[in-house]
Amino acid sequence: MNRNFSREVENNMVNVLEIVEDEYIHPGTRMCAGCAMSLIYRFALKALGPKTILTVPASCLTVLHGMQGFCTTKLSVLHTPFATTGASASGIVASLEEKGLADEICVVAFAGDGGTTDIGIQALSGAAERGTNFIYACYDNEAYMNTGVQRSGSTPLGAFTATTPGGKTRPKKNMPKILEAHGISYVATANGSYPLDLYEKFKKARDIKGTRYIHILSACPPGWGYDPKDTIRIGRLANDTGFWPLYEISNGKFALSQPSKKFLDPAKRKDIEQYLSAQKRFSNISKQDIETYRNYIRDQWNEIKRRLENQ
Amino acid sequence: MTDLKKDYQKILASVQKPVIGEAGKTGTWSRLKPVIDLEKCIPAKSGKFICFNCWLYCPEAVVSREIPPKINLEYCKGCGICMEECPVNAISMEEVKFE
Ligand SMILES: Cc1ncc(C[n+]2csc(CCOP(=O)(O)OP(=O)(O)O)c2C)c(N)n1
Ligand code: SF4
Ligand code: SF4
Ligand code: SF4
Ligand SMILES: [Mg+2]
Repeated sequence: MNRNFSREVENNMVNVLEIVEDEYIHPGTRMCAGCAMSLIYRFALKALGPKTILTVPASCLTVLHGMQGFCTTKLSVLHTPFATTGASASGIVASLEEKGLADEICVVAFAGDGGTTDIGIQALSGAAERGTNFIYACYDNEAYMNTGVQRSGSTPLGAFTATTPGGKTRPKKNMPKILEAHGISYVATANGSYPLDLYEKFKKARDIKGTRYIHILSACPPGWGYDPKDTIRIGRLANDTGFWPLYEISNGKFALSQPSKKFLDPAKRKDIEQYLSAQKRFSNISKQDIETYRNYIRDQWNEIKRRLENQ
Repeated sequence: MTDLKKDYQKILASVQKPVIGEAGKTGTWSRLKPVIDLEKCIPAKSGKFICFNCWLYCPEAVVSREIPPKINLEYCKGCGICMEECPVNAISMEEVKFE
């Protein structure tokens, strides 16, 4: 039970009642019970509003939109081949510019971690380098879930997947850092367990020009191995252990987001074992890998601290 | 008309319609359904527009933001997130007969 019901609400800029009441996804989708991506998409669309065109590559999110003839969302969605997300967004933007609609309509690419960190990275990097005027959102469930949990570049160290039966031997690729290196106007991290923070970030990104990148940790009950009711709790642990800090970088200026701020103090962080032991995918993780996690988290936060002090 | 134009018109004609229950009545996915105890629920008890964690965290958007909050059991998948996130334990998962 979450006794801190007002924690996010009180600390945040928005109140639950200030969130747009309109829903853009009809209930009765094909997503698993307890899917964080459904919640993430729900709040992202609320923040983006009806004047949005989406482009989506193969992923669980494709399936959310439904089979031929009918769909679940009330917005325009282009289903694009896997590697082409960034390129297809560039094409939509070019056509809107030609029609004089570029200021009115927001173009948003929404892709999984496989489609972003591996298969679509070239097209995304190209679009970001050109400064294409669009939002790229990656929902990161840390594997190729739609095809049965194969490892991606975003799968974390020690995680079991169908293609890493002994646990992944390499760490997670830091995609937000890669996008930041492109010098784009906005980079942010988010987490499905903090829908108010996520909502604010999409609203903010909508009003910025240039390439905006939002990377969202998205808990997945069947892929991560936990009970669907625990989706929010698991995502919260990723934040509270310091593993997945929430931040935004607007025109080079770094700021920690409210849910992660207090974890600058290492004493406030929970031990990473609480996060790992709650998920079956880490059930065979070695002591050595857990130590690697502890060092990674320590170094990550030292870097954040230095950055905040020196900017 | 050229073949290309005809193909394009066919594509336009197949534009998908947004519908409720694209995957059918997803309420049938689970026997256990959330039931709100209105004696405990904060907005129901106080008459104030506060809390609504159940509305906020529901991935399926089947909880309404009204006093008292209502759950559309026809499409609720029974994940139990609302039960976990209710600050006063007002929601329990119970076997609800579903037609
Ligand atoms: C070119 C191509 N290769 C492979 C596939 C099969 N495929 C469909 S969805 C998917 C997994 C996508 O993983 P990710 O981007 O992480 O999204 P998720 O399913 O996890 O939401 C794969 C491999 C495809 N549709 N197209
Ligand atoms: S596999 Fe994971 S990401 Fe895909 S629909 Fe199910 S819970 Fe969501
Ligand atoms: S979360 Fe619990 S207390 Fe809050 S509105 Fe829902 S049922 Fe009522
Ligand atoms: S059980 Fe899950 S789907 Fe049903 S109302 Fe609660 S959060 Fe929504
Ligand atoms: Mg994935």
